[in-house]
Amino acid sequence: MHADQRCVLTGTHFINGDAACCEGALAAGARFAAGYPITPSTEIVERFAARAPKVGGLFIQMEDELASSIAIQGMVWAGQKSFTVTSGPGYSLMMEHIGLAAISETPCVFVDVQRGGPSTGLPTLPAQGDMMQARFGSHGDYVTIALCPNSPQECFDLAVKSFNLAEQYRVPVMFMMDECVGHMTEKVVIPKADDIALFPRRHASKPPGEFTLFEPGPDLVPEMAHAGEGYKVYVTGLTHDKRGYPVLNADAQRELITRLFEKIRRASDELTMVEAEGLEDADVVVVSYGITSRVAQRAIQMARDKGLKVGKLRLICVWPFPEKLIRELASKVKALVMPELNMGQVVLELERCAGGQCQVISVPHPGGTVHKPAEILEAIERGAR
Amino acid sequence: MLKELRIAGFGGQGVILAAHIIGRAASIHEGGYATMTQNYGPEARGGAASAALVVSDQPVLYPYAVSPDILVALSQEAYSRFVGEVKEGGMLLVEEDLVPLDQKAQHLKVYGIPATRIAEELGKKMVLNVVMVGFFCAITRVLSREAVVAAVTDAVPERFRQLNLSAFDRGFQYGVDLLAKGAVTEENSVAVPQESEV
Repeated sequence: MHADQRCVLTGTHFINGDAACCEGALAAGARFAAGYPITPSTEIVERFAARAPKVGGLFIQMEDELASSIAIQGMVWAGQKSFTVTSGPGYSLMMEHIGLAAISETPCVFVDVQRGGPSTGLPTLPAQGDMMQARFGSHGDYVTIALCPNSPQECFDLAVKSFNLAEQYRVPVMFMMDECVGHMTEKVVIPKADDIALFPRRHASKPPGEFTLFEPGPDLVPEMAHAGEGYKVYVTGLTHDKRGYPVLNADAQRELITRLFEKIRRASDELTMVEAEGLEDADVVVVSYGITSRVAQRAIQMARDKGLKVGKLRLICVWPFPEKLIRELASKVKALVMPELNMGQVVLELERCAGGQCQVISVPHPGGTVHKPAEILEAIERGAR
Repeated sequence: MLKELRIAGFGGQGVILAAHIIGRAASIHEGGYATMTQNYGPEARGGAASAALVVSDQPVLYPYAVSPDILVALSQEAYSRFVGEVKEGGMLLVEEDLVPLDQKAQHLKVYGIPATRIAEELGKKMVLNVVMVGFFCAITRVLSREAVVAAVTDAVPERFRQLNLSAFDRGFQYGVDLLAKGAVTEENSVAVPQESEV
């Protein structure tokens, strides 16, 4: 299945990451967004509100982020691809319904253009402080997928990918941008609609009388039926059986929650999305994600100019974390260095997976701007000693 | 080649569009790379507007302009606020009717143009930003004239295209004439015009 030509702005553009994200969502087939505009994500929905009606889509400015994050799920069960967009304080408000999307296996995308926090923090300046929230923010046990773009081009490409992964695995996908990539303007090449592959909705292959709403497929992902098609569509936040009916006991809980984890665990190789370079003979590998990966690249160049053997591992998909890859890497190098625009979040996972096989050096930064390459270089030099 | 630029002025002068045209020219029509950032903080309100560009023949890694090689100042406030961060020996392009210089510009190569007056002669004050883009193109030679003309053509609505291309030409020609008057002796070094010298 390919993108609908009417919605794809094929060509070469000079646009910012927020605009590119909106175009990615449209190309991916999103026809509904609900949101409560907040800096630095506002441009995404502003553009969607202008563009969507021309292609049969709709944007609703809701009363708040709780309403936004539930409205999109209603629209998904009515048959449309949907997303919401927010930042910092709004993302916190959405946590409740991210859990609902997880337990009800509602494919949708939450875009968080990260800004400095906690609370209202730094509305117009970048951070990567919501990374743990993207993984663990809602109560209870669940898993999500989180992607981190490092350029406006990737805001387009990975927005499309986010919708595809949401449909494929039926999970809420966290699209973790930051103020810097959201507001930076660069060249963005949007391909022809025919060259944008889309993962179609896994729609019920059986007629209404024979279909069970949450019957897992071979990859543990159930097919979906929409409201109004004659199927029984009982969707709840309560622990449920294969029919979707609430069953409030430990057995039902074990069966459901185990499957939600297992469907993503089985896909861990496919979800290991990284950009790697020079890992073969590296003494030190800089592991980074999002905007920080670009500054890290500069530091890596500086370190190589000094004769150090430094590799690059950029995490495009941060959650699920590429455990296997990190375990293998940690057994071969002296040190892993992780700069991030927070006081040390994803580095905790890096440390866990490295399991003491090598040194793990955190390069924290409270946000507001990006690292100075020299700060990362200093950590690389420390690791190489 | 990596150049950091800042274009600054007050709201309504079209500084963001000017930066957009230059970034577009560099990254789309010249085949290089450009990253544009803007100030979004409360300091960006109240009439001030500014955009920064990093232009390079390699992918841009560090996104912000730290110490610009070139400052284009369209207002006195923009000049005062940003002149201090310009690299030693860097270039300063000013709207000479609006920016009175002081000793802070002494270590810079300064080029002035009455961009607003030229735009008014063309019948639309609003094209002063594109006059400035033409001037920038002629003076700095960071980008080819063809690339910038193509970017102007893309970036403005069709009904204003001819006006903007004329604005570009006037600014460009003013820059060429200024360089001719300034008697270039060394590569990349140009005499500072008397009228805007400190």
